[in-house]
Amino acid sequence: MAPVGGCIFHDCLICLWLCALASISGDTGVLHVLETEADLDWILSTGPHPPYMVVMEAAFFTRSTMVKMKNSSRVAGVAVIKSNTGPTEGFSPHTSCPNQNTGVYTEHYGPELANCNNTVWNPLGNGLSYEDFAFPIFSLKDDNQTQVIRKCYEDHNMRMNGSAPQYPLCAMQLFSHMHAVTDTVTCMRRTDLQNSFSINPEKLCDPLSDFNVWTSIRPLNNSIKGHKENESVVIAAARLDGRSFFWDIAPSAEGTVSSIVTLLAAAQALYPVALEAPPQRNIFFTFFQGEAFDYIGSSRMVYDMENSKFVIDLDNVHSLLEIGQIGLRNGQSLWMHSDPVSRKNTTVNKQVANLVANIKSVASSLNLSLNEPSATQALPPSSFQRFLRVRPVPGLVLADHQASFTNRYYESLYDTATYLNVTYPSDLSPEQQLEYETEAAKSLTQVATLVARSIYKQAGGEDRFLNNITADTKTVAKLLYGFLIMSNNSWFSSLLPPEALGRGSILGLVITHIINTLTSVTRFVQFILANMTGTVTKLNQSQCQNPKDVPGESKDLYSYSWVSGPVSVNGTTDPYCVRSSVHLSKALSPAFELTDYGSREYSTWTESRWKTIRARIFLVASPQLEMMTLGVGVAVLLVSLVVTYFISSKAELLFSATREPPNTTY
Amino acid sequence: MTAAVFFGCTFIAFGPAAALFLLTIARDPLRVIFLIAGAFFWLVSLLLSSLVWFITVQMSNKNSAAQQKGLLIFGVVLSVLLQEVFRFAYYKLLKKANEGLLAISQEDTMPISIRQLSYVSGLGFGFMSGAFSVVNILSDSVGPGTVGIHGDSQHYFISSAFMTLAIILLHMFWAVVFFEACERQKWWSLGTVVLSHLLVSCLTFVNPQYEGSLIPTYIILSVMAGWAFSCAGGTLRNLKLCLTCKDKDFLLANHRPR
Repeated sequence: MAPVGGCIFHDCLICLWLCALASISGDTGVLHVLETEADLDWILSTGPHPPYMVVMEAAFFTRSTMVKMKNSSRVAGVAVIKSNTGPTEGFSPHTSCPNQNTGVYTEHYGPELANCNNTVWNPLGNGLSYEDFAFPIFSLKDDNQTQVIRKCYEDHNMRMNGSAPQYPLCAMQLFSHMHAVTDTVTCMRRTDLQNSFSINPEKLCDPLSDFNVWTSIRPLNNSIKGHKENESVVIAAARLDGRSFFWDIAPSAEGTVSSIVTLLAAAQALYPVALEAPPQRNIFFTFFQGEAFDYIGSSRMVYDMENSKFVIDLDNVHSLLEIGQIGLRNGQSLWMHSDPVSRKNTTVNKQVANLVANIKSVASSLNLSLNEPSATQALPPSSFQRFLRVRPVPGLVLADHQASFTNRYYESLYDTATYLNVTYPSDLSPEQQLEYETEAAKSLTQVATLVARSIYKQAGGEDRFLNNITADTKTVAKLLYGFLIMSNNSWFSSLLPPEALGRGSILGLVITHIINTLTSVTRFVQFILANMTGTVTKLNQSQCQNPKDVPGESKDLYSYSWVSGPVSVNGTTDPYCVRSSVHLSKALSPAFELTDYGSREYSTWTESRWKTIRARIFLVASPQLEMMTLGVGVAVLLVSLVVTYFISSKAELLFSATREPPNTTY
Repeated sequence: MTAAVFFGCTFIAFGPAAALFLLTIARDPLRVIFLIAGAFFWLVSLLLSSLVWFITVQMSNKNSAAQQKGLLIFGVVLSVLLQEVFRFAYYKLLKKANEGLLAISQEDTMPISIRQLSYVSGLGFGFMSGAFSVVNILSDSVGPGTVGIHGDSQHYFISSAFMTLAIILLHMFWAVVFFEACERQKWWSLGTVVLSHLLVSCLTFVNPQYEGSLIPTYIILSVMAGWAFSCAGGTLRNLKLCLTCKDKDFLLANHRPR
């Protein structure tokens, strides 16, 4: 059962975020299963036993229903029974114009393109994720526990022939109290107060923070930050995160996994050729974390580049190619999006056109069709926008949609493997499924080859080596299986450090403030990239952890990781040390570095702290019965006081028969 | 079932006992001491019987329901017998203590009579027994729900409270009759007390048929109340006089200087 929240906060005065402002002792309500419109009326107006705890089928989880419930005082909480496929008309709880306040288009830069005036990117977006709910909202899997809940409802709460059900009624209590309130500024101020004045400071909220993953073809000295002489870099970027309405559920198949897998496969295809025949410029592969929340990762990297805190700076950046959502191509053409405002400058326009030409020439040899959308169309929401905010870097965003997203389930729980057509025949074992090449895998492999060759050409590599660069379908298939179906498979496990084995799988691509969870997406991408672009060394474990004294190894240029290797039949591993130039860079919004919690420039998202998240069902008795019990109790107490007083005052008389009779008679 | 039920059941279970304590015992420190000592004796009897019970359960076959039920019955019977043994032990202790108190006190008469001691010790036994019966149930009743999701009866809390009320008062009456029987060497009365205690405890096996256990228990309660009243020196005539408020004249009439 997954709840909503960590109440996430933003400074934006208009968007007080989704916050289960639940009470600390849990919210209790009489269970009602929402299956028809009549049920909705019952809950909102006619039912005699408010407040109700609504258990709703996924079909009812729409904006209109949820807003009605939000405005009603008769709803104590909602539990949504997940279904595997979303509604056919699409469902996206994100906004219709993602990240509109932190993108590149403002009133000063392309005002006709700002706030999606020109193109609404996510037309199905209903903004549900950004509503402020005063009650807990949980999601339930359709399994045995949900059956128990339904059965309790059917046994006790069903209406008989239109008349209301009798007490005792089945009720459910949801606990998801969030410590933070209002917005980021308030919450961080209170946390700071606690830290300064309280003996036992209690943090109320944490800024969203994780790591970006980056690597370069030619290793760069990571200890020296700032501008690097004679380094011109082509950046290939993708985002690492996704989200949905519910916490920890974000499959994000089309939204994110398609681009991660493509870029990883491209990196694997490109590396051997780039080492053999190095291109003129260096090539950077970057994965940004936290892009759903106002570009946390990319804004931080750009900020670090501006302030010479990153291994390169913006002067070193030659061009950028970003992989957007490319999973739903279905054999159609790909689209190359660019920013029309920066292209008004002839130099930039020439460089972008050059990049476009490079890609097109590669595409023609691969039988892929590529087009540019109309020249006045804005750039879709992408990490590239953060680079453009600072400098007009020439770049493109590759996507499968011409204007609005083809993704009907953008940032929702329905953006699953099934939606991406990553399905396997039912008779395969998990190991066979790992190796099985789906159509989606084949399609993405083509795009990965395109990306790899285009990057190589853009970096000045020679055309005669282009045909040697081919992405491997099997790798793409394994990556898709690992990210979408089950990450606890033999291939992923062999790439991770030994202490990560046996842990659970990634619960969706959600940015986490818990640094160093060994099974998060960031770590998976880090180790997969290390495996694909690194070399196996003969160092032992202690040398691997501290290669300072080993001759020929440099901790400045490379990073060393101790991975477990393939698990043999009897469960033993043969760990080894991998040397690669894969690094992590902190993805924490610059607003928190500058302690400007109300910043309009950078992301200010925080996540509320919480203690328990649980639920339970039980029967509740009628309030009349309870009051009667109290009345009887008080009556018994009063009667006994009166009787006791009576008896004790008359005790001499009542118990007189055993007193010795007086000696004198009367 | 919320605070209303919690307070309601607490008042039902402990109301009369609290009233008795407040109005008759609290003012006299000696009585308070003997009450607490009585409660302690009951606690020791519970400790011993639970020790035996624990050992036998560990040695038994945990999977056999019939054996567990049998063990439970054995445990109840053993506990009742141990409680009565400790009541007797307390009686003996009180007799000795009384002689000692008499020896050291300045007055000629005993500061507290055996009859009062029987009442106080019975109430002590009752308090402790009631606390152990019902406190867990009361703490569960504070929550928002009520019993019944697995099909059990809704009336669990209130029946437990009434049962506890009965048990506390019964302990008091049993102690009065018991001590009287020990003073007068009336062994049949003693046996009857033990048997009625056993009967009341075994009646609880009829639960969840709460009528089956509560009604006979209250019948026994009223019988024991009457018996204890007569042991304590009450007669029907006194009762009638009290109730019709003719007592003042009677007292005055009886009050002759010796």
